[in-house]
Amino acid sequence: MIKTDILIIGAGPTGLFTVFEAGLLKLKCHLIDALPQPGGQCAEIYPKKPIYDIPGFPEVLAGDLVDNLMKQITPFEPGFTLGERADTIEKLDDGSFIVTTNKGTKHHAPVVAIAGGLGSFEPRKPLIENLAGYEDKGVEYIIRDPELYRDKCVVIAGGGDSALDWSIFLSEVASEVTLVHRRNEFRGALDSVEKVQELKKLGKINLLTPAEITELEGNGKLEAVIAEKEGERIRLETDHFIPLFGLAPKLGPIAGWGLEIEKNAIKVDNTLDYQTNVPGIYAIGDVNTYPGKLKLILCGFHEATLMCQSAYQRIFPDKKYVMKYTTVSGIDGFDGTRKEAPKAVVKAIE
Amino acid sequence: MSDITIKITDREGVVHEVQAPTDMAMNVMELVKAYELAPEGTIGICGGMAMCASCQCYVKSDHTLPEMTPDEDAMLAEAFYVKDNSRLGCQIQLTDDLEGLEIELAPES
Repeated sequence: MIKTDILIIGAGPTGLFTVFEAGLLKLKCHLIDALPQPGGQCAEIYPKKPIYDIPGFPEVLAGDLVDNLMKQITPFEPGFTLGERADTIEKLDDGSFIVTTNKGTKHHAPVVAIAGGLGSFEPRKPLIENLAGYEDKGVEYIIRDPELYRDKCVVIAGGGDSALDWSIFLSEVASEVTLVHRRNEFRGALDSVEKVQELKKLGKINLLTPAEITELEGNGKLEAVIAEKEGERIRLETDHFIPLFGLAPKLGPIAGWGLEIEKNAIKVDNTLDYQTNVPGIYAIGDVNTYPGKLKLILCGFHEATLMCQSAYQRIFPDKKYVMKYTTVSGIDGFDGTRKEAPKAVVKAIE
Repeated sequence: MSDITIKITDREGVVHEVQAPTDMAMNVMELVKAYELAPEGTIGICGGMAMCASCQCYVKSDHTLPEMTPDEDAMLAEAFYVKDNSRLGCQIQLTDDLEGLEIELAPES
C-alpha cells in the first residue's frame, strides 16, 4: 500500500504543480496517471507546440513546460504510479481514501485531488467488428513488453510516429512485421519514415499501403487479419494485430465515483477550494467545472494553490497555517535541499 | 463585420441554424463549442491544433473552403468515419464567404 498526504490523480501540469504547492506546506504527494510518462496532454498530444500564455514565459514548448515543472517539484520527492488508471475509490471510517488502479496498486491518503484533465487517455480503436473479442488474445493497443512479440508475426496499423517507431523496433524482434496504413504518405518524423523505407528495401518490414484492416479471423485467439487494398481483400496470417491510432481522453471510472458530474466535468461546490460534493476529494484543472470556469493551464495552477491550503486544514484541523512567500521563507525540499535568497551583507562604514 | 448563418447537424441528427460572428477569429470547432452542440470533452480535445479528429465534420454545401494543410490532411488520414467531404472544424475559419455553410458533425471516435 502506497501512503501519502495528497493523492493526485493525473500528472498533467496542474497535477505536477500541486506537488510544489503541497510541498511548501510540508505535505507529501503521490501521482497516478494512465499514461506512461508525466505531462498529460502537453506530453502526449502536443509536446512540440509552443504555449504563449504561461506567465513569465513569452513562449514555451509544452514538453519543456513539463520538464520545468518536473525540475521544480524534484525537491519534494513525489511518488508516481504511471501507466495505470485510477479505477476505484473507497472511503474509510476515518475519512481517508483508498484508491486502487486497474492493475491493483493501492494508494492510501487523507486527501484525493483529481487533476485528470479531460480524463484518462484510452487507445482509439478502429471500427472493426469483433475487435473487442480479440483484445489480449492477439490484439493489443499499447506495447508494454516488446518481448511478447519475439519471433512472432505482427501486423501494425497506423500512420503516425507510434506506428512507424514500433514497426522499426519490432523489425529486430518479431519474425515478420507488416505495417498497414490507409495512405501512401506517413505523418511521422522524416527520419522514421526514411528508416521504414530502408527496412522495407531490406525485406525487414512489409509495407501495405493504401490499405485498411477490415476483419479479424481466429478461433479464440487471433490467427489472421483481412486487409482491403484498393478493392482487393488480402488475408495476412499473424499472431498479433496492433492498431496504433493514438489516444483519446475519456473521463472513465472517475465518472462512477459518486461525484457530481456536469458537462463531462466534475462539479465543484465553490471556488474557495475546489472541493467536490464528497468532502476530501478535490477536483482541479480542466477536469472541474464551476460558474466562470476557464480551461487554461494557469487557472489550474491557481486552483491547485487554493486546494492545497484547504487540504492542509483538512489534514491538520487544529493547526493554523499562515501563507508565506517563497521569496521570504525559501524552499525546504524533502530531500534535504534548501533554497533561499542570499542574506544581505551587513557592514559598518568606518 | 457581421454575423453569418451556418447550419450544423449535431451527432443526434438535429439541425441547428446558428449565427456566427466573423469578427472574432473563430473557427467552426469553436462555434460548435460556443453553442454547446456537442458535449464538453468530446470536441476540440487538442484545442484546435489539428492534432485530434474530435471536431471532424462533413461539409454538405458547396462553399469554397480554405485549402487543407498537410497537418489536417494527415490527421484525417488516421481518423475514423472519414468521407470525401470530411474536414476538421478547427481548420475552418469563419469568414463572410461562408454565409449559408452547412456541415454535419462526424460521429465521436
